[in-house]
Amino acid sequence: MQDTFVVAGTSFSSRLIIGSGKYPTHAGMKAAHEASGAQMVTVAVRRVNLNRSEESLLDYIDPARYRLLPNTAGCYDAAEAIRTAHLAREALGTPWIKLEVIGDEKTLFPDNGATLEAARILVKEGFIVMPYVGDDLIVARRLIDAGVAAVMPLAAPIGSGLGIQNFTSLRILREQIREVPLIVDAGVGTASDAVQAMELGFDAVLMNTAIALAQDPVRMAEAMRLGIEAGRKAFLAGRIARKLYASASSPVEGLIG
Amino acid sequence: MQVIINGEVHDLEGQILLSELLERLDLKPGRIAIERNLEIVPKANWASTTISDGDRIEIVHFVGGG
Repeated sequence: MQDTFVVAGTSFSSRLIIGSGKYPTHAGMKAAHEASGAQMVTVAVRRVNLNRSEESLLDYIDPARYRLLPNTAGCYDAAEAIRTAHLAREALGTPWIKLEVIGDEKTLFPDNGATLEAARILVKEGFIVMPYVGDDLIVARRLIDAGVAAVMPLAAPIGSGLGIQNFTSLRILREQIREVPLIVDAGVGTASDAVQAMELGFDAVLMNTAIALAQDPVRMAEAMRLGIEAGRKAFLAGRIARKLYASASSPVEGLIG
Repeated sequence: MQVIINGEVHDLEGQILLSELLERLDLKPGRIAIERNLEIVPKANWASTTISDGDRIEIVHFVGGG
């Protein structure tokens, strides 16, 4: 049986969701996306630059291959996020939205209250809402009550590459939340971080900087793909219990005398 | 008349439709969205929407993001 990951009725065979920001070139981004095996790509909504013509990002992201997930990054209140979501839906014709309402410039931590407020409205308007949130169980439950399609807690500050800093909170979230996919969004720095997120039983990992700013983004994208797969398989396989003392792997009987 | 497009003041002469404005700005109509005075103008209405003096227009597209 194929181990798929389902968001709002759509199945994905890849559990890696990849960003499109910070890549040195569009062509390099495209190659990294291909190497990652990801099937969902985040994009940001910004003003068109009227003073110079720019290459279109979307020329480098094949909509037949990737589900586009526009975000509301850079929004600091619910109204701005909702406005951005409306523009994204109009431009792409998709109701999918990565809801992000930032509460603090230095940490880019989410404003969980404003995120909840925006989520309630966007779900009512028919959006498929995937919110970036803190690792708070109660906020996650309120978001699920509001009808979000996934809950996406951070593991460390956005773009920090620190790796998972909140194992206990993420474990509690995983044990307590079964209704929607749980996705680690932000904080991953290298492949072992992706493995750990998947070993915790998370359904997927969303990352951008760790790949885009790696010295070799294509190779890192492949490493992340393998990390996600390895972590997922280890989770499904079920790890052994940790013990303080040794347990011989070779039989004790039949040793030569 | 003066309109504000993406935060910049632009002087425009005579009556102009939103679709004509896009042509003047040399913008391709694919995968962009437009707000006029905080309200989205659906693509189907671009050719029937007249720009008025003082309008605030936002034209957005997609850029790289996480």
